[in-house]
Amino acid sequence: MTSICFYFQVHQPSRLRHYSVFDIGKNHYYFDDKKNKEVIEKVAGKCYLPTNALILDLIKNKNVKASYSISGTALDQFERFAPDVLESFQRLADTGNVEFLTETEHHALASLYSKKEFVEQINLHTKRIKNLFGQKPKIFRNTELIYNNEIAKLAESMGFKGILAEGWDPILEWRSPNFVYRPAGTKKIKLLLKNYKLSDDVAFRFSNKGWTEWPLTAPKYAAWLNSVQGQVINLFMDYETFGEHQWEDTGIFNFMRQLPHEVGNYNIDFKTPSEAIKMDSVAELSVPNTISWADLERDTSAWTGNRMQQSALTELYKLENEIKATGDKELISDWRNLQTSDHFYYMCIKYFSDGDVHKYFNPYNTPYDAYIIFMNIINDISQRLKNSKPSAYARFLNLMRKIK
Amino acid sequence: MKVLMFGWEFPPFYSGGLGPACAGLTKGLVKKGVEVTFVIPRKPSDIKTHVNLVSAEEVFGEKLIIKEIPSLLTPYINSESYKDMLKKGGGGSELYGANLFEEVKRYALAARKIAEQESFDIIHAHDWLTFLAGIEAKKVSKKPLVTHVHATEFDRTGRQGVNQHVYDIEKQGMEAADAVTPVSHFTKELIVQHYGINPDKIHVVHNAVEFEKADVEPHKLPQKTVLFLGRVTIQKGPDYFIDAAKKVIEVYPDVRFVVAGSGDMTGKMIERASHYGIGDKVLFTGFLRGPDIDRAYRMADVYVMPSVSEPFGLTPLEAIKNGTPVIISKQSGVSEVLKNALKVDFWDVNELANKICAVLRHQPLKDELLSQEQRELGSISWDKSADTCYDVYRKVLGR
Repeated sequence: MTSICFYFQVHQPSRLRHYSVFDIGKNHYYFDDKKNKEVIEKVAGKCYLPTNALILDLIKNKNVKASYSISGTALDQFERFAPDVLESFQRLADTGNVEFLTETEHHALASLYSKKEFVEQINLHTKRIKNLFGQKPKIFRNTELIYNNEIAKLAESMGFKGILAEGWDPILEWRSPNFVYRPAGTKKIKLLLKNYKLSDDVAFRFSNKGWTEWPLTAPKYAAWLNSVQGQVINLFMDYETFGEHQWEDTGIFNFMRQLPHEVGNYNIDFKTPSEAIKMDSVAELSVPNTISWADLERDTSAWTGNRMQQSALTELYKLENEIKATGDKELISDWRNLQTSDHFYYMCIKYFSDGDVHKYFNPYNTPYDAYIIFMNIINDISQRLKNSKPSAYARFLNLMRKIK
Repeated sequence: MKVLMFGWEFPPFYSGGLGPACAGLTKGLVKKGVEVTFVIPRKPSDIKTHVNLVSAEEVFGEKLIIKEIPSLLTPYINSESYKDMLKKGGGGSELYGANLFEEVKRYALAARKIAEQESFDIIHAHDWLTFLAGIEAKKVSKKPLVTHVHATEFDRTGRQGVNQHVYDIEKQGMEAADAVTPVSHFTKELIVQHYGINPDKIHVVHNAVEFEKADVEPHKLPQKTVLFLGRVTIQKGPDYFIDAAKKVIEVYPDVRFVVAGSGDMTGKMIERASHYGIGDKVLFTGFLRGPDIDRAYRMADVYVMPSVSEPFGLTPLEAIKNGTPVIISKQSGVSEVLKNALKVDFWDVNELANKICAVLRHQPLKDELLSQEQRELGSISWDKSADTCYDVYRKVLGR
């Protein structure tokens, strides 16, 4: 018996408005509410609502299981602009067949820049998921599937039972992604690896008419799944695959509707990640260098590859201690919203220069504009920091210093 | 293939982008084995024209023959402010000089004679000044005509109105042509819209820039420096530059703005700067030549081209060549070949100031921008433009 483990990432960034140097010190609102609302409403109509309805139906009729992580920035925007989307996820949670995972609250790159902030964001998100969906997450999934041995160890120390990563050939070498592994240097936590070939057949190639396997039908795909040797086939993808990346007219919804029926012809079942990690791990797997699920390189260069990105990230995380010391909730929240990985992705030059329009979407048109807007905001945040009254705790620390 | 080419200026005698563009393009064509006879009017006697022309011949070997026609012409465009002229209700004489139209006609007559004497397969005329010459040459030789549009009357006047006479010649030249080659899609659109030319016979030939390592001493001001370089005329948007300077100085008082070049708006720009109270921070260099141009680019931390209507715009490429990143107007042809430049609508002074501030403030932005711009510059060459031009020749010749 082989199992299918679905994991869907649900994320929307809080896009920044065109924030000019002349806004610094005068206007402290950074977000493009109009655009954010537009995107949420559009994707809700095309993807979230119809796909949730489909999954709910498949759970009831075909006993399908699935897992999700929904970033805090997406949850914020559902609460503001599309409460019906949030309710539809809650209905999924109520079935008992859906598991919610923890990620960083702000879809941040904190794992690469600040362990302290990383831990805080994980705790924030865990708490929020518990409040919204009534289940305490047991599995951790880092932003963009960024992963290494240290991240696995940290997740274990925080009580997680499982963690997700990319099933990338150079780390697997001769091994298969379709087994449960144990991260090197850990005791209990288990590692589930994305089967990127089968995942990307749906997420990226489904509607590609130049692909030799096009059109991908449910019977064909079910047969491929059946031919896989292993414990579990981890199909990890962006939830926006359904209806947004692959439009409805590509047949993606019909494909998903038929798939459980076709899979039923074989000795295959559905498992949530928590169920999957109950299986024994077959081996230890060491990932000393950081990997992600992005690009051909599976590295972090999409967010940290150029000088603008590095400078923006450095300047942002430099402010951490001072920002937190103010205890100013609004300031901290704004600072955290700037950590979302998308802001740095928009500064990526390699896609822009290569002119790969399919891959590259940027609300600010060019990576340079993205950087300029971001740095203007950082500048304003720094000024707010200087002007903000220190918190009681900070005043106490100051006083202690003077007494000494 | 033999081309009879009509131009108005040829390096080292030029006042704008036309001369270098003709030189670059013909160099590329000659490399492809095309024989080019380049016809220009005679230069004014107070410049040592002859020696330099000979040296131009040497550059191209025997394949490029430079012919002279007697002409009294002074520089291409010298003018009072065009806006003022329109207000006064004057005609074209002030913008173009009293004798210019006569010169254009005389040049056309001479072209007839040359066309009778020379043997060639195709005629190629650069800008309206030579269009009548091209038409005459076509009449006597029955050879196909390509008219090359480096600028239109709408660009030169910043779209503030046109000289009817010039417009008519431009339209006549493009209508008589078998193919029209504008220097950008920006200009192609304008030609279709304002001259009613069939888009099917319009083929864009982008300009390029030659790579010559300029050997000048870099001279930096102690302050961060922002550069405008070009004719100080309505087309080039110097007023937007000064307005942006005012805005930038509000945020960064210690920045210098340099206006390099001369033109009918220089006086007004000096007044404007002093009216804003930034007269001490805006420096005017007057007209620059040769190595001084490279020096100016190297002095700057960022180059700004805020043109109102720029068919191509070679100066940003020159700036990049000299290691200075650029901010360019979206209303320009060069923005079609430079993806990695900062771009603004020329009227959006706030955004221009915002981008100037960003480049001055953030070294990583400056570094990434420049390295990407230089990478792009490497893929722009006159050889490529000549390839496109050659394809156009083959098309009209039916080969």
